[in-house]
Parts: sequence; C-alpha cells; structure tokens
Amino acid sequence: MSHPALPRSLAATPRLDRWVRFDDELAVTVWSGKVEIGQGIATAIAQIAAEELDVDIRRVNVVAGDTTQSPDEGYTSGSQSIEIGGMAMRQACAEVRALFVAEAARRFEVSVAALRVCDGSIGVAGTDLATSYWELAAQVDLARDASGVAQPKAAALHTVAGSSVQRRDLPAKLTGGAYVHDMALPGMVHGRVLRPPSRGARLEGLDTGTIRAMPGVVAVVVNGSFVGICAEREEQAIAALKAARAAASWRERRSLPQSTDVRDFLPAMRAERTIVGRKGDLPVAGVARRLAARYSKPYLAHASIGPSCALARMQDGHLTVWSHTQGPHRLRNQIARAMALRPADVDVVHADGAGCYGHNGADDVALDAALLAQACGRPVLMQWTREDELASSPFGSAMLVDISASLDGDGEVIGWAHEIWSHPHSSRPGSGEGVDLLAAWDIDPPFAPSKPKDVPLPGGGATRNAVPAYDFPAHEIACNLVRESPLRVSALRSLGAYANVFAIESFIDELAAAANQDPVAFRLKHLREPRARAVIETAAKAAAWTPGRQGDGIRGRGIGFARYKNTSAWCAVIAEVAVGARLEVQRVIAAVDAGEAINPDALVNQVEGGIIQAISWTLKEQVLWDSTRVSARSWDSYPILRFDEVPDIAVTVVSRPDAPPLGVGECAAGPTAAALANALYDAMGLRVRDLPLTPERIARAME
Amino acid sequence: MTLRTLRVNGIDREVTAAPDTPLLYILRNDLGLKGTRFGCGEGQCGACTVILDGRAVPSCDLPLWSAEGHEITTVEGIGREGALHPVQQAFIDVQAAQCGYCCDGIVMAAVALLDRVRDPSDEAIVAALERHLCRCGAHTRILRAIRVAAASIAESAAP
Ligand code: FES
Ligand code: FES
Repeated sequence: MSHPALPRSLAATPRLDRWVRFDDELAVTVWSGKVEIGQGIATAIAQIAAEELDVDIRRVNVVAGDTTQSPDEGYTSGSQSIEIGGMAMRQACAEVRALFVAEAARRFEVSVAALRVCDGSIGVAGTDLATSYWELAAQVDLARDASGVAQPKAAALHTVAGSSVQRRDLPAKLTGGAYVHDMALPGMVHGRVLRPPSRGARLEGLDTGTIRAMPGVVAVVVNGSFVGICAEREEQAIAALKAARAAASWRERRSLPQSTDVRDFLPAMRAERTIVGRKGDLPVAGVARRLAARYSKPYLAHASIGPSCALARMQDGHLTVWSHTQGPHRLRNQIARAMALRPADVDVVHADGAGCYGHNGADDVALDAALLAQACGRPVLMQWTREDELASSPFGSAMLVDISASLDGDGEVIGWAHEIWSHPHSSRPGSGEGVDLLAAWDIDPPFAPSKPKDVPLPGGGATRNAVPAYDFPAHEIACNLVRESPLRVSALRSLGAYANVFAIESFIDELAAAANQDPVAFRLKHLREPRARAVIETAAKAAAWTPGRQGDGIRGRGIGFARYKNTSAWCAVIAEVAVGARLEVQRVIAAVDAGEAINPDALVNQVEGGIIQAISWTLKEQVLWDSTRVSARSWDSYPILRFDEVPDIAVTVVSRPDAPPLGVGECAAGPTAAALANALYDAMGLRVRDLPLTPERIARAME
Repeated sequence: MTLRTLRVNGIDREVTAAPDTPLLYILRNDLGLKGTRFGCGEGQCGACTVILDGRAVPSCDLPLWSAEGHEITTVEGIGREGALHPVQQAFIDVQAAQCGYCCDGIVMAAVALLDRVRDPSDEAIVAALERHLCRCGAHTRILRAIRVAAASIAESAAP
C-alpha cells in the first residue's frame, strides 16, 4: 500500500501501532528504525514525540533498531535520521494525538477545538472534564494506517522540539557499562577471529591442536579461511589468538598498487565514464582564459575508538545478535543468508557502540559472533582487535578530481567542468545481491560480495556534491567510476562530498586569486541562493573577515562552503592557521543553516565533531600499504588528531524554525578541508592540492 | 591461575586469574566494572584509564600482579547516576560527548589531574590528556567540561 502524502518511513510502515504505544504507569513507547550512533538521535526522536503528543519527555521511551519490534527504516546514515526518521515520527505522533483528541471530543460531546492536551491528559478548556491517553488507550485502536491528514504542530508552538534537551544516554555512559561491549549472558564465552593478513589471503595451514590445548579455550573454529576462537576468559581468547596468528600460514596475493600515490594508481585503473550532470553547453567561443587543477584524497579509515563488537546467542535454533549496526533489518537478512537460516529465525537488536562514522566493522563482527555462537553452542561476545578495526573494516574511497573553468574577457566564469575518478562509496550489507560481510567471503564455500555499485545522484556517492552550488551559466560533471578497488571500500561520513567540496572550494579560491578578488566576495558574487549567502556572511562576520589576502608568511585564513548533498544543510567554515613545523589550526568559525533545529546544542555538537574529524583527515590521515598488506594497524601507523592539535571552534546556527529540519552530521567535512587548504595558501602562497596536508607535502610544495 | 586481592574503589576484592592478566579484563569481566573500556590494548588510546595510587594509568597493559597492593579507582568509584562526581556532572552539563566511548577514560584522567592540581592551566589539561584519543571530535567540549569541573570543585571547596 502506498501513501504518497506520508513521510517515507511512515509510508513504508503505515500502521500507527508500529510507532506509538501508551503503556502502564503513564509511559509512552515509540519505536524508531534510526539508531543511536553517538549523534544523539534517541534524544531528538524523544523530543519530537513528546512535542507532538504533548507529554513530558521523561515519559517517552524510545526503542530503536530492534528487528523484533522496530520499523525497518533501512540504514541510519547520510544525515537523514531527522530528515526522514524524525519526520515520520512527527507525523505518526500527530496522527495518534488527533485520534485520541477526536475520541475525547466524542466522549465529552464537545468540539475538538475545545480540547487541550497537557502532559498526556486531555481536558476540556475551562472545565475540569478530563481524560488521558492512557484512559482512552483501550478505545482508540492504533492498529490502523496513518492517513496523512493530521497536521503536526506549527513550529511557533514548539517547546520541547527546538530546545537543547540533554542527551538521555550520557549519564549511563559516563558512569559505567552502556555499550554492546559491556553486555553479558549466562554461560557466555569470549570470541576472537584471526583475520587474514590481507584481502583475499587464504589459509594454508594451522595446527589447531596446540591452540585447543591452551588454557580456557572452548573452541577453535576453522571454516575455509575463517578462524575463530572461543575461550572462557577474555585474556585466554587473546592469548589463543596470538598463538594462532604465530602458527598460521597464509597464501597472499600481491594485489596492491605499486604506488600509494592516488595520482598514479587511480587513473591507471579501468573506469566507466559517465556524464552525471550538465547545465547549458560548455563554451567553445569567447573563452579568454582557462584554468585547470587536479586534486586528490587518499583512502581514509573510520578508525572508531572502540573496536567493533557483537554479542550472539543461538538458542533452540533461534539466533539473536546484539549489534551496533546502522541497519539491523538488513543485517538480519544478510546473516540469515550467510548461515543458511530463515530470516524469521534471526533477530538483530541494536545496542550502542563507539562512533562508527559510516560502514565500519559493526556488521562484520556481528556475523563473526553468530558463526562462533553456532559453532560453540554458547553465547559469544565477539570483540575485534584494534588491528582488525583499522585494517579489516572498509575504508573511504580514494578520489581524484579535475576541475577546469573557462573565463571570458572580463574574468567571469562562463563554463565549469568537474571530472572525478573514484571507487563506489557504499557497499553496505544488504544493498546489493551478494553477501557483504567479511567472514562470508572466508568461509567454505564462500559467498560472493555484491557487484560494486555507487550511490546515484541526487544523493550521490562519488558524485555527492560534485555539482557546484554556484550560479555558473554552464557546467559538465563527469565521473570515472573505478569499480574494482584494491582496498575494501564503503561508506565513510560524507562519502564523495569531502573530496568534491575540497576540490571545488580550493579551485574557487584559485579563481578568486587569479581574478585578484577576495575569496568571500568572489563566492557571494556567484551565489544567488539567500540561505547560501547567509551562512557565508554569518561566518565571515563572526570571524571578522576583512577583504584581501591577510597572510604574513606564517598566519593565514581561509574559507570553505557547501550545501551538503546540494539538498541538505548549508555550511560555511573559516579556518585560521599558523604554519611552522606543521600546519597548526588555531581557530575555526562555522555557520550552519539546517532549517528547524530539533536540538540546537546537539546540532552544534555534531558540527563541531564533524569539523574536528575533518581537520584530522585533512592534516594527518591516509591509508598506506606495501605490495600485499595495508599498513594501518595501530594508532602508530594511523595517527589521528590529538588534544594538543585541536583549535577553538565557534559554530553559529542560522535559525530557520519554519523550514524543514536537515541533517548536520556530515555538512562540515568538505568545507573544513577547503578552509584549511585555503588558509595555508593565504598564509604562504602555497597551493597544496593533495590530501593530507602533512608537513612533508607542504615542504614538497615549497620546493 | 592464582588468587589475588585487589583494592578497587575502596573495597578489597578477590580474583582468580593468571598473574599476567591485564587489569582491564579483571575489572571488566571479574569485577563487572565496565566503565573501563577496551580501545587498543596497547597503551595508545586512554579508553581503559584508571587511577592507581592517584595517577591516571592505562589498565590494558598493567598486569594483575603489579596492580596488587595499590589503590585502584575506576569510573564507578567516583560517582554514579544521581550522585555524580563534579567531573562527570560537568561532562553532562557541557554535553561533552558524542558516542561517549572515550569519555570514561578521559574523566579518570581529569579526576587524577584535579585531585593533584586545583586550578590547572589549559596547557596542563591538554597535557593530562596527551595519550587520550577521541574520534568523534568532542575535544573542545571535553576541555571545556574539565574547566567547568575545576571551577565547580573550587567553588564547593570555598569556605
Ligand atoms: S585500551 Fe588501553 S590505552 Fe587503549
Ligand atoms: S565521544 Fe566518541 S570517541 Fe570520543
């Protein structure tokens, strides 16, 4: 059944009793398919529900990402949890409220307009006649589909949505156990998996006898090239893993590119070129000048602080997996396929994990846990190692971007071309025809992964944010999709937007410099959209931006701007840097327009986090390799930003309470990268077009 | 496997484990103190930080035998929901977390610092967090929370 007027998730799961239930003890349960990944969504969903239902937020219990009960909302990704999940919850609660108010109106024989809802009690204004959601719960049947008719409250009436309610999950997290890592079941054992040392490596030999004889070892599971260990105690599992690593021999392929330089290996690989965007015709006549530049971005790791973990229990043929996956329903189906179980015999229950920033090891470790639980007949807490998390989970794709602009005699941009080389940006389990879980490729017989395919526009994967936001008369956007990747790649926060925006916004600065114009003024000259202009102007004002180059050979400042996905939040970032032995970021000023802010402080928190993570990517991070193996295996070989490298950050929210809410988890990444490169240019006159902006890169650019 | 006595959060606790077992796993699995978290197992991230005789140390590379005879404090020992330590309270007031996975280790480093230095400079706070990593980018809020905690401790200590 389709409900075109309903928000997407509500159209997919229209039954209201799948979203809201009034419980005993004056509580409300709401079910969401969008899961907590450290972004504060559980709190925001509670705010939205409390607002629409008019109940105290403390009564609202959010159950998210549980295949036994929550709606299937696909993946929690792409900064869409508020835009899609939040808006579905808002509409569902508005419908529920309307049904109850109508029932109360019947009961009291008054008009709906005479009724007021206050913390769940429904009263007739000016009288002491009152009932409540809980009293009427038996009369109002929520086993019906949403109609799309009920109107959510006007923004001006909001008191809970729009306020900076504190995150509900933090007190537990700051005082003890709160993550899937901390769960325990009776009879549980500790699991570790001996991951192949490189992609596609095959197990040649392993003497399991000596490992089985080690203290506490309950099972050593060898299935093809999948090697798993279960032990009574965690340190025993770790010791057995160490012994297995030393004892195992592998057949590895020298499959990685000779060069780790994106400019060398990426364009040399087989690619399919398509034109993904075109406006007007690129000019052939009247071109006085043409500028062109090439930018690159390396593979990046998700690098979660807590290595992925899952708990699995097989009981009477029914498998339950507790997981910090972003897509519990998809994962359930994938695990069922990999283990030849019926999906009905598998449940996946979301439990919090460390921040993932995209497709990390969360889903893979869930299958590891399930396989071990099946093999050893006891519940298994399966914990990845630091090395597993860095070297075996998917990476964000390397990218190369060529941009050229044609200028007329007055220096105006009359044509813009943007050409990308990239792998696909998402291989999330359940998004293709194959089984996209690490262990499934190692067991015998192995499952095939899905054929690599990219996310199409308008969202875009490699092409995300490739279309410039500027009002140029003509543009052409091309993508060379390199389907086969030497490293395993999948979704990393902001997908291709990070590299595309870095390239576009660096190039805009190059154009401004060529035209001898101020970077802020140059951007504004080419932007008509008022909300785009407003974030740039707000950031410039907050940073006390004055026109012209400011750099003095050491200090400099730069700006970057984008509207995320060209459909979501607008964000401008200004960075102030000082260049010494390294590029030091001193201050970052940002302005964001995300429409209605459900929780302004949580929104700012997300943007701050996005900026800091992007500074880390931009200054320090790249995945390197030798001919067979990835070298990112510890925090030594994959360093990330440290406390002494973090700047002051000030984020201003441009308030638009009447505009639809937009996700902000990813909007700052690209603008931050460009702001740093542009600040480096401002400081030293050095244009570095290859990320990361390490001291070596800067030194090389100086030569 | 040997029987050992550890003094954790002011209480003597008996545990039976191999003497070289990292303290981290004893705390988490034998004593159920799960606020001490596994992040790397190599002393490189700070997620597993506890206070040992007043000093913040990683528990993942501290063998059981060497922890015996010392005063060990975990995040559960400084406060609980409803009765939070000023540092925990400040983390909540400032909302100094995203996923929160790094936070308990950082809270312990901050508590150790503030026990030693009442009014630490910004540089001293950053130095105390030298070996702590946060991937979510909660850094600026974490630093702010520690300053807020220092002020609130100073205020409640004032006559
Ligand atoms: S887990 Fe101990 S320092 Fe990382
Ligand atoms: S809050 Fe997630 S790692 Fe620090």
